[in-house]
Amino acid sequence: MTTLRWKFVTILLVFVVFFGVGVYPILATRYGLPAPQWLLDRQLKLGLDLRGGVHLVLRVQTDDALRSTTEQDSARLQEELKRRGVPATVGALDVLSFRIDGVPPAQDQAFRQAAEQETAADFERGSATNGTYAFTMRPNVAQRLREEAVEQARQTIERRVNELGVTEPSIAHQGADQILVQLPGVADVDRAKEIIGSPGLLELKLVEQGPAGNREDLLRGSGGAVPPDMEVLSGTGSGSGAGPLFYLVRRVPAVTGRDLRTARVQLDENNLPAVGFSLNPTGAAAFARVTGENVGRYLAIVLDKTVQSAPSINSRIAGDGQISGGFTQEEAQNLALILRSGALPATLTYLQEQSIGPTLGADSIRSGVLASTVGLLLITVFMLVYYKLSGVNAVIALIFNLVILLGMMAYMGAVMTLPGIAGFVLTMGIGVDSNVLIFERIKEELEAQRGVRASINAGFARVFWTLVDTHLAALISAAFLFQFGTGSIRGFAVTLFLGLLSNLFTSIFVSKTVFELELAGRKVPALSI
Amino acid sequence: MHIFKNTNYNFLRWRWHAIALSWVIILAGAGVIATRGIPLGVEFAGGTVVIARFDQATSVQQVRAALDQSFPGGDVVVQDYGDPAQHQVMMRVPHVGVEQGTSLSSTQTQIEGALRKSGVGDFKVVGTEIVGPVVGLELRNKGFWATVLSLIGLLLYIGARFQLSFGVGAVVATVHDLLITIAFLAFFRYDMSLNVIAAILTITGFSTNDTIVIFDRIRENLRSRRRDELDRVINLSINQTLGRTIITSGTALLTALALFFFGGEVLHGFAFTMVVGIITGTYSSVFIAAAIVSFWRGTGPARAAAHAPAMVGAAPAQDAGRSKSKKKRAS
Repeated sequence: MTTLRWKFVTILLVFVVFFGVGVYPILATRYGLPAPQWLLDRQLKLGLDLRGGVHLVLRVQTDDALRSTTEQDSARLQEELKRRGVPATVGALDVLSFRIDGVPPAQDQAFRQAAEQETAADFERGSATNGTYAFTMRPNVAQRLREEAVEQARQTIERRVNELGVTEPSIAHQGADQILVQLPGVADVDRAKEIIGSPGLLELKLVEQGPAGNREDLLRGSGGAVPPDMEVLSGTGSGSGAGPLFYLVRRVPAVTGRDLRTARVQLDENNLPAVGFSLNPTGAAAFARVTGENVGRYLAIVLDKTVQSAPSINSRIAGDGQISGGFTQEEAQNLALILRSGALPATLTYLQEQSIGPTLGADSIRSGVLASTVGLLLITVFMLVYYKLSGVNAVIALIFNLVILLGMMAYMGAVMTLPGIAGFVLTMGIGVDSNVLIFERIKEELEAQRGVRASINAGFARVFWTLVDTHLAALISAAFLFQFGTGSIRGFAVTLFLGLLSNLFTSIFVSKTVFELELAGRKVPALSI
Repeated sequence: MHIFKNTNYNFLRWRWHAIALSWVIILAGAGVIATRGIPLGVEFAGGTVVIARFDQATSVQQVRAALDQSFPGGDVVVQDYGDPAQHQVMMRVPHVGVEQGTSLSSTQTQIEGALRKSGVGDFKVVGTEIVGPVVGLELRNKGFWATVLSLIGLLLYIGARFQLSFGVGAVVATVHDLLITIAFLAFFRYDMSLNVIAAILTITGFSTNDTIVIFDRIRENLRSRRRDELDRVINLSINQTLGRTIITSGTALLTALALFFFGGEVLHGFAFTMVVGIITGTYSSVFIAAAIVSFWRGTGPARAAAHAPAMVGAAPAQDAGRSKSKKKRAS
């Protein structure tokens, strides 16, 4: 008797807790009932497909990150060779490898030392053939760089999305080089895509020659070829109708966006929107040195390999600068946001995008709730007709099951999606399965002329391991489903998984206790089944 | 109330008919797939889907005519979507913009442009889905492997909890269910979508449900009826659990039907797959799974005693008395 009382108290407690976490906040929000804020914050979250939003899958072109390491290392080696007086040049360069040509046999030793010092950490050096060495990136280095690039890209995207002011975004790795971005409630897909995918690479480079209207004019001064440590960049000319302008600039930037402290929207001298930026101490020192040494020359402000503007350096500048280039207010805002969040380590491409309007989401919620209600009614009616009073027991267990499921989902911060609702509905249909199994067994035992109490006990005891087996088998496939799916399918797998667990509890523990309560006070028990 | 009370059907006698019927359905499904292919949902095939809500009622034909000019070749799918009162139309084309930068969605812009130009009426885009070719291929592989791995998991679990032959029986029955379900998806031309794959994976879990209950009973009866032939024990066990098998499938079917009729457009394929999967799961549990166990063990002179598995966890309560009373009923 006392154990029965404790069982009853336990069940009541479980019900109250899970109801409080899983169901009450939903009712409170819907009908304006009083509820503490911390409880409302824990409320069951809706997936993108129900509340509307944008779902993007991006690929990080990790080759970009590898190539830039290859470029940097080879450039450093070149510098070092120059310093040591070894007349060798960088030949063909690929994502993972580069070649050094023309190492004189006499200076082989010096070359090897330089190579050891500058590239040994990242590259393997092949053996020499006629003074040509091949350098290949070490596989573990390449792997690490790829992983870093994806992680950096994820962090950058996260900063940008946060700056966009999206509530509860989700930015996650997916597979080797993909990033899944989920933005609930975002209406302007194009702006979000533009901001997320923009490289945001800011470089300040000294202009050696130009601007000029075309490449030929630009390169006339240097004999028609681009000098090895320089490159040609283009930019739009100021004023409408102007064609593109070309600049010959130093390849190595004086300052990059990495040294940026902050960026914000300002007005330029013509009262047009512009983006002002401040540099951190390192950047400011470099900037001051370069501007101090080059007063009177032009400094190109290069964004994503395009010259935005090239103001002349009037004096030594320390910490602040401005990017102007005929922006609209919104463009300036976007650019400031992108610069603040830092550059992407590699190009991003969009593989998949999905946007769900709020009305579609509302439709889905409506039909999901309708299907759940109909499902619950059908099951209830069937169980009451077929198992009479014992059917009440099954329905109690079923409602318990659903309450616990919702409570667990809310507590764990799991997300309810439309397939999740389907899982919810199926949990009802499959959940009563356990009750049916138990009841049928009890019937069999009763027919074998055993007492009611003994039949109930035997029914539960004999079915226990069967239930464990069926539930574990279903859990196995739910686990693989979770592995397979993303987004809404994961929601389904989670619902299914938790539903199976709570069903095991309710069908075995709750149902049995309800039977015991029912029979507790009677001398000659009878069972309506 | 009691359905199927004390039945005594000889299920194993019908196994050849059952297997023949299953093969007919599976081969017919394979024939349909070979000639007409499996229609792939946009997640797998790649392409652009735009769901637009028109201010006024618009016919599917009008929308199709508007799109046919911009997308010649007839690969355009146009369907009414959701509640008719909302004038929603779903359009799908197999094209996407190039997977470079943000240009993946350029086909969507093209669709909207074509609609505006043709003057079918004012509309608002309420949902889009654009999938590049890379994602589709990856998903197909992932879905396939998830199914295979979950089957291996089942084989191992049931093999360990029962015996290898039971594991094989359960997995063959499940593969059977998957093939029949895919055949029906092909007959009724449902798109193979992510949701449908999720339903198929769910079926791998739940179609073993009935099978395990029957196996459990076989195991129990093998212990208490050591002199009977294996096939006789199998038949007896299926009969004893028949009512329960039918009822649980019935309740699961009720909820799947609720989803099919009320769950809305998005869940249609999912619910259809579940309905077919639940029905064939029940059928295979009764007719196929145990028959495989019987084949695997051979039906010759072997007596149940030889097959009696070790006890695993089941309650040993008064077996002797029970089996006597049951024997009376069964004979």
